[in-house]
Amino acid sequence: QGDPAITELQPWMQQLGEGVDARPYGMPSPHEAHVKRRSVEWLTADPVSSVNFTPLHDLDGIITPNGLCFERHHAGIAEVDPAQHRLMINGLVDYELVFTMEDLARFPRHNKVYFLECAANSGMEWRGAQLNGCQFTHGMIHNVMYTGVMLRDVLATAGVQTAGKWILPEGADASGMTRSIPMDKALDDCMIATHMNGERLRPEQGYPIRLVVPGWEGNMWVKWLRRIEVGDQPWHHREETSKYTDLLADGAARRFTWAMDAKSVITNPSPQAPLTHGAGPTVLTGVAWSGRGSIPRVDVTIDGGKNWHQARMDGPSFDKSMHRFYFDFDWDGKPMLLQSRAHDSTGYVQPTKNQLRQVRGENSIYHNNGIQTWAVDARGEAENVEIG
Amino acid sequence: IGGAYVAANMMVPQVHTPVAATLGLTAQAQQTAPADTVVFDLGRPATAAEIAAWDIDIRPDGAGLPDGSGDVWTGEDLYIDNCAVCHGDFGEAIGRWPVLAGGQGSLTNDRPVKTIGSYWPYLSTVYDYVNRAMPFGNAQSLTDDEVYAVTAYLLYLNDLVDDDFVLDRETLSTFEMPNRDAFYMDDRADTEYAIFTGEPCMENCKDTVEITARAAVVDVTPEDEAARIARQAAATGTDIGVTEADASAQVAAAETDDPVEEGTTPLAATATDNALADAGPDPELVAAGEKVFKQCSACHQVGDGARNRTGPMLNGIVDHPAGVVEGFRYSKVFGQFAEDGLVWTPEELSAFLAAPRDYAPRTKMSFRGLESDDDLAAVIAYLGTFAQ
Repeated sequence: QGDPAITELQPWMQQLGEGVDARPYGMPSPHEAHVKRRSVEWLTADPVSSVNFTPLHDLDGIITPNGLCFERHHAGIAEVDPAQHRLMINGLVDYELVFTMEDLARFPRHNKVYFLECAANSGMEWRGAQLNGCQFTHGMIHNVMYTGVMLRDVLATAGVQTAGKWILPEGADASGMTRSIPMDKALDDCMIATHMNGERLRPEQGYPIRLVVPGWEGNMWVKWLRRIEVGDQPWHHREETSKYTDLLADGAARRFTWAMDAKSVITNPSPQAPLTHGAGPTVLTGVAWSGRGSIPRVDVTIDGGKNWHQARMDGPSFDKSMHRFYFDFDWDGKPMLLQSRAHDSTGYVQPTKNQLRQVRGENSIYHNNGIQTWAVDARGEAENVEIG
Repeated sequence: IGGAYVAANMMVPQVHTPVAATLGLTAQAQQTAPADTVVFDLGRPATAAEIAAWDIDIRPDGAGLPDGSGDVWTGEDLYIDNCAVCHGDFGEAIGRWPVLAGGQGSLTNDRPVKTIGSYWPYLSTVYDYVNRAMPFGNAQSLTDDEVYAVTAYLLYLNDLVDDDFVLDRETLSTFEMPNRDAFYMDDRADTEYAIFTGEPCMENCKDTVEITARAAVVDVTPEDEAARIARQAAATGTDIGVTEADASAQVAAAETDDPVEEGTTPLAATATDNALADAGPDPELVAAGEKVFKQCSACHQVGDGARNRTGPMLNGIVDHPAGVVEGFRYSKVFGQFAEDGLVWTPEELSAFLAAPRDYAPRTKMSFRGLESDDDLAAVIAYLGTFAQ
């Protein structure tokens, strides 16, 4: 007879819609209401010191929409009034200075696309497959274009003294977040960001200013930045001693494990995004990134690693940014074991989870960049599994 | 410094001009900044009072520590009042709040217990963190002496000092934590990168593959009925119009079906009816109360889906019997209130909230109280708007 979507007159074909200004700040279609950040309630004691996850399986391309960037707070969202916010530079500098937000906007501005990944992303998977969905296993990451000023320009105004080898950025929230960062990194590519994807930072991402520390673990990207102290040695504060240190099998722990190694995940299909169309042409896709460069190549397998295929990279390739890959193939409708394997521009190849465990044991929590496996059954449903 | 800077400030306000030499910067400053760095004449000198207000960070060598001291017994009282509600009477932790004591010798176990005593390398970190971020929801409220005392008590809870120990600048900066030498610098470049580099196998890489672990067996992924329905709708092309809100309403409805525990008084609807009787609450007062309640919200929830957290949920609390919210573990004093049949009339609530620890000695509620009668009236009016 014909598809009613065609043969029947739909209301939007006949009636007038809302005019301009009905939605002065637009929102996605109500049919996309399921696309949202989600948390795992049992992970933390309280939502004000917790994390939620980016819905990677609902996104495409390389840019994360601002409202979907995962959140990690240690004392809730600081609701900062920019008129009452200052940035102070103090310590081993020639001039201890205070900047207003207007002052900062007068430094030369730069635009850069970077991923921000929490060091604990995939941390729940160290001991084995646990959470069903790439949102939960890999969603502590987002990738946006920052507009901001170079930290080196701001530091040069204060005049860093020769003995100044470290900085301590500090947040204005009720946790007073602090991390020690070596001066080389501070002067290399760190930024003080005011905008993300063209608009002002969202409150949950550090409005009005946050530190950008490209390629390094997300905890160092201090939000609601209010102060930077320059010193001659690191401070060894809570988030670089009791947390964000990697406990190894022998009871010793690595500290200052800043760089995020190359990693990838297949976002579709995945447990939250099964194949619903049956056998035939299909598009497998995912994202890959490296804190030490770009991603020239991703391999994928659909048979659990017996045979691998080079995926098609598509979209812009920026240093320390997310990359998008696709593998277009004819699904025969039989069960599959899917994996992706990122290669970064240094030649590093993403390891398996068991390779990581052989080096580090199972208590590390942080920096789990092992290869993820999805088992897809004949119905197209996907599950988080590990294979041997 | 100030004079030199003001002189620089008086130069022609062209952003791109003053170079280091004109600013009178030291030779060291020019060395540190990269050759292409331009010095911008922006910002103003920080005053000594401003730096003192914000520069609170402490280092392992004792740099930053204030004058003052605190002993174990003073620390115990402070800890019980301010910390035990989350961290437990002995640092064992309530729920998923951080464990602070014990765990010595556990770092090589399957489930290591990382506490101040078993893991933290430096005592200065404890002082710094307590001072900047604790008590949770009331940061920077302790005096210097009180922070020394709480830090001393945390050492005592970890069997690291005797009960006559006094902590001050000298004893803190020379204190050696047991796990201090178990941390070393990130060595991934030496221990991992060579293993994880090189052209990997692409064809016929293994004969067999088997699944060794499944997330579905662990079964800890949050349910998401709405997303499943949306997926089905997209797949079948029949959007049945179920939104996220509909689905969560169903969940909420199911949760409120929980049976009231036998023997406890059901939170009577009549109580809140009374509070809302006659003209109803003054909207301005309620709005003011909502702001005041932010001080309470770190521990107490109200409204739809409110649950017990660090403190009991407070729906229907006004004119309701004290100490009987289902599922909450009350302190002894609240157990006595329940036995005595105390009812939270606005007058009783007001007296309690004005001075919690006088009204209810040894209450688990670590809140100093509301000084203003206006705030008291407002927050009680706000609480009165929440029915059970």
